Amino acid sequence: MTKAHIEANHLEKAYGKIKAVDGVSFGVQRGQCFGLLGPNGAGKTTTIEMMEGIIPPSSGEVLFCGEPLSKESQHKIGVQFQNTSLQDFLTVRECLDLFSNLYRHTRSKAELIDLCSLEDFLDRDNRKLSGGQRQRLLLALALINDPELVFLDEPTTGLDPQARRNLWTLVEKIKSEGKSIILTTHYMEEAYALCDEIAIMDKGKIIAQGAPKELLKLYFEGQYIEVPESDLQGKKPEIFNHPFHRKGENIEFHVPDVKLALAELITQDISLNHMSVRSASLEDLFLHLTGKDLRE
Amino acid sequence: MKKFLALLGARNKEYVRDRGSMAWGLLFPFLIIFGFSFAFSGKNQDVFKVAVHRPAEAHTQSPTSDFLKTQYIRFFDTDNLDAAVAKLRRHQIDMLVTLEPSPKYWINSSSPKGYILEKIITGQKTSHGDPFSKEIVEGREIRYVDWLMAGLLSMNIMFSSLFGVGYVIVRYRKSGVLRRIKATPVSAFEFLAAQVVSRFLLILATSAIVLAGCHLFVDFQMFGSYLNLFIVLSVGALCLISMALVVASRVASEEFAGGILNILTWPMMLFSGVWFSLEGTNPVLQKVAQLFPLTHMVDASRAIMTEGAGLAEIGGHLTVLAALAVVFMAASSILFRWE
Repeated sequence: MTKAHIEANHLEKAYGKIKAVDGVSFGVQRGQCFGLLGPNGAGKTTTIEMMEGIIPPSSGEVLFCGEPLSKESQHKIGVQFQNTSLQDFLTVRECLDLFSNLYRHTRSKAELIDLCSLEDFLDRDNRKLSGGQRQRLLLALALINDPELVFLDEPTTGLDPQARRNLWTLVEKIKSEGKSIILTTHYMEEAYALCDEIAIMDKGKIIAQGAPKELLKLYFEGQYIEVPESDLQGKKPEIFNHPFHRKGENIEFHVPDVKLALAELITQDISLNHMSVRSASLEDLFLHLTGKDLRE
Repeated sequence: MKKFLALLGARNKEYVRDRGSMAWGLLFPFLIIFGFSFAFSGKNQDVFKVAVHRPAEAHTQSPTSDFLKTQYIRFFDTDNLDAAVAKLRRHQIDMLVTLEPSPKYWINSSSPKGYILEKIITGQKTSHGDPFSKEIVEGREIRYVDWLMAGLLSMNIMFSSLFGVGYVIVRYRKSGVLRRIKATPVSAFEFLAAQVVSRFLLILATSAIVLAGCHLFVDFQMFGSYLNLFIVLSVGALCLISMALVVASRVASEEFAGGILNILTWPMMLFSGVWFSLEGTNPVLQKVAQLFPLTHMVDASRAIMTEGAGLAEIGGHLTVLAALAVVFMAASSILFRWE
């Protein structure tokens, strides 16, 4: 295995008696997009802030290109925080100018404005941007030093679906430039769409790690069939001999073979008009691993 | 240097575009000066004040004079002739009299009270039968606004330093601006230096505007050199900005920072001699006031503006201000945390 671009070794962060991060270790290869998943409070942000050098770990170490973090490494790292403000009264253009002067090597501003689609609001006060525009500006600032490694902390939280899709396209572009990315999210579909490898965190620990598809293959086989309980015509779901759970007014069966399962439903004279079939998702995986919903 | 200039420029833009606080910083001293120049525009109704110069070694054969027994005139002794003449020039006394070696009186040509006193002393003789000779001095009256000017400039700088730097850095910390800067290669020193220099330049600019404006509308008197005043205000501003850095070094709550800043500014505003002279107040208060940077700033700038003091005379104040600035800067560099 090649040397990791950045690695966390036994990272711990304690606030009093509470361990926000409890022995987290993982490595990110050059050019890889690594996702940290988990519900709010799982320790994702604390973990990456230790890796960014923003907060010191209680124990453990972070190695960037095999070396401990230093002010020098900040020249090669780009950071987009989850909650951050910029100085008041500065326009988007002035924010770009300010941050480009803080680094030795910077990317062309014109290129960045084009990449992050900032041209329509370049002269607007940064406090008057919409959620999506703001995230694009923060991403542009994270990329201004043309970093090798970019941290994105919940880049799409609070965005509408279209703005989220736009940001995904942007992250895909950054990936295609060969940059390493570490992103945190509590949207499983986001991690599935963008990440080469994910680590699922809960209560400060990593509880599963791997490529999204492999993880799903490891924990799940088969598909999910969802039918309204009213369509079962009074029959109990137990008679189908498949694991199931209730989702509101629907019953979701986990079946190894869709064809056989459908034949079984037809035999029982169940209406398939409102039926849907889907593959297992990372949401299912999280539910499986922790016994709770991601957004709880 | 590039990083420093970028941060400096950004902070300056932020300040200049924040119309509300900039207008307040400029308007506040004007309002006070105009208010006081109006309030104290009536004539002073005090009794006549006459300084009597007596040589340090007076002897029993010294002459006396009936003039010194006149009612409704407050006579007080002085042994420093030059200081008394200077007071007369500034209308702080109405007449200066000496009986030895030869009887003589001084009045200020532009003092109405001096004119009246002259009518009384004219024709009087000493107990040795000698008439008084006359000497005229020139000089305008030091009004309360003239006296207040130095204190007000200093107080404005104090508020601008403590709130403009202390409060702003705490706000930056709370809103995440500091965290964002920390994720760049900028060092704490570069960041803080930009904040200090930005505020320092803005303080000098606003003080110059306030001085020019007051000169135009109130026509205050300036006896000393503007260069010396600039030096005092600069050292004072650096001292107070450094004090603000200590406050801002760790606090993350704007409310808490506001409380600390008020606790620091209010005693200084009241007891540093901005509004009234501390002479004659409780000696303990006078001792405590010596610990306030503002006291030294006010005393030094007032000595320059109303007495024409030179750097040598205010050296002590400057030394205290510079020493405090060094202590505060060292403390803030040790205490400062981005988070």
